Amino acid sequence: MKAGEVAIAGIGLAGIGWETDSSTAEIMALASRRALSDAGLAVQDVDGVFAVTPYYGMPSIVLAEQLGVRPRLTDSTTIGGASVIAQLGHAARAIAAGACEAALIAYGSTQRSDGGRLVTRADTLSFEQPYGALFPISAYAMMMQRHMHEFGTTRRQLSEVAVAASRWAALNPEALKRELLTHEQVEASPLVSDPLRKLDICLVTNGAGAIVVVSRSRAARLGRRAVSVLGCGESHDHCYLSAMPSFTTTAAVHSGRAACEMAGLGPQDMDLAQIYDAFTIMTVIGLEDLGFCAKGEGGRFVQAGIGPGARLPVNTSGGGLRWCHPGMFGIFLLVEAVRQLRGECGERQVAKARHALVHGFGGAMAGQATAVLGAGA
Amino acid sequence: MSQKTAARPLPETRNAGAPYWKAAREGQLVLPKCRRCAKPFWYPRPQCPACGADDIEWVGASGRGRVHTFTVVRQSTEPFFRGRVPFVVAMIELVEGPLLLSNVLGCDPDAVAIGMPVAVAFEQTDAGLAIPVFRPVDAA
Repeated sequence: MKAGEVAIAGIGLAGIGWETDSSTAEIMALASRRALSDAGLAVQDVDGVFAVTPYYGMPSIVLAEQLGVRPRLTDSTTIGGASVIAQLGHAARAIAAGACEAALIAYGSTQRSDGGRLVTRADTLSFEQPYGALFPISAYAMMMQRHMHEFGTTRRQLSEVAVAASRWAALNPEALKRELLTHEQVEASPLVSDPLRKLDICLVTNGAGAIVVVSRSRAARLGRRAVSVLGCGESHDHCYLSAMPSFTTTAAVHSGRAACEMAGLGPQDMDLAQIYDAFTIMTVIGLEDLGFCAKGEGGRFVQAGIGPGARLPVNTSGGGLRWCHPGMFGIFLLVEAVRQLRGECGERQVAKARHALVHGFGGAMAGQATAVLGAGA
Repeated sequence: MSQKTAARPLPETRNAGAPYWKAAREGQLVLPKCRRCAKPFWYPRPQCPACGADDIEWVGASGRGRVHTFTVVRQSTEPFFRGRVPFVVAMIELVEGPLLLSNVLGCDPDAVAIGMPVAVAFEQTDAGLAIPVFRPVDAA
């Protein structure tokens, strides 16, 4: 597969909010129909179905059944919040190889309405079971603690991630939390698992999202505003905390490098980045591992600015901290990057946005997938 | 409300880690060690995660180590741990090398720090299992 051979031709969202009477499968199907309509395609055109959700053991089959699709390519890859970004890579390669022509990729969860807390299929290692770590909060808390210890990353720098997210969300009419936050508010919010405080942690909401992926030539025929898939990469180097090679560096180093190499671009070429922010520390570690700054410099990088007007705008939707967070946030990172590259973001639009890097983390910084997207197809 | 306390979530004691739980019952901390790499590893698997060899032996560990990183858990939806908050979950870097996830008990949670020297202790459960935990000790 070559850079730009494949394009994202449509995006769709459904059910983002605090309350719904719909099921996860229903909102995934609705987001899918919207993405197909955005692409100018019909449900019958879909021959590749990619899906992930904590709700069903066989997500792509459930989604295909909701839609009435019998695909020739099916993929339910589950690597947490990185899943759909990895699936984008799989879909792009499949299209480039002729294994399918129109790929639908979807995620959904109604976790907010169903219990008000994270619904996950992630399991705990038996040896970690007797100790009461909160999944996945305590894992990220221990990474944050270690990062602060090794590199002198400060509480104030981490608060800046949440403050910047609130400034983006204030510009996003779809964000579920739109009020501006101060550093003091973040630092006065209750400790949950030290040093993580409530406002370091993502929202718990419902929501579904979908994208449609086709070849560049098909996208051109459809005549819509498409976004090129320039590079993709994926990796993982552990599943459980007990096997983590490092509490401050992740396999995003490898997925990011692979995506950039395929794109023939580097971090310095990016006009914006969408880096999964379920916890403030993720953005800091992500910026380092993806090469936007050196290891240990992430705190200073965010302090210099990642909000509106920054040299590198990060998580321009308000992210999982302020827009929405129905569990695995990957699809929402992709949707926001596509919107930015299509110039549809209104008040939060990044000027002259040509290249975007999108990165998802899964589990306890375990699953990693990166995509580099470019404006136009 | 019932006076009966909630039971601690218990590990699987079969599989590759069976010798670990058996030794814990006897007050011993042991680690799987690859004979080819000549290094202990964590967590127990039938093959060495570094080289793939299935030539694994179990060796006694000193039970001493330092806090590599930690968190103070302030809330829990799990009944046993809800009754224990706030408590410390930590990665203990054993002197033998591997990092173990455990609790640091026997001190104020706010006194725990990265680098703090600790030693293993065993918490007995109603089910007859002994759970390795760690307590602060003076630096060796």
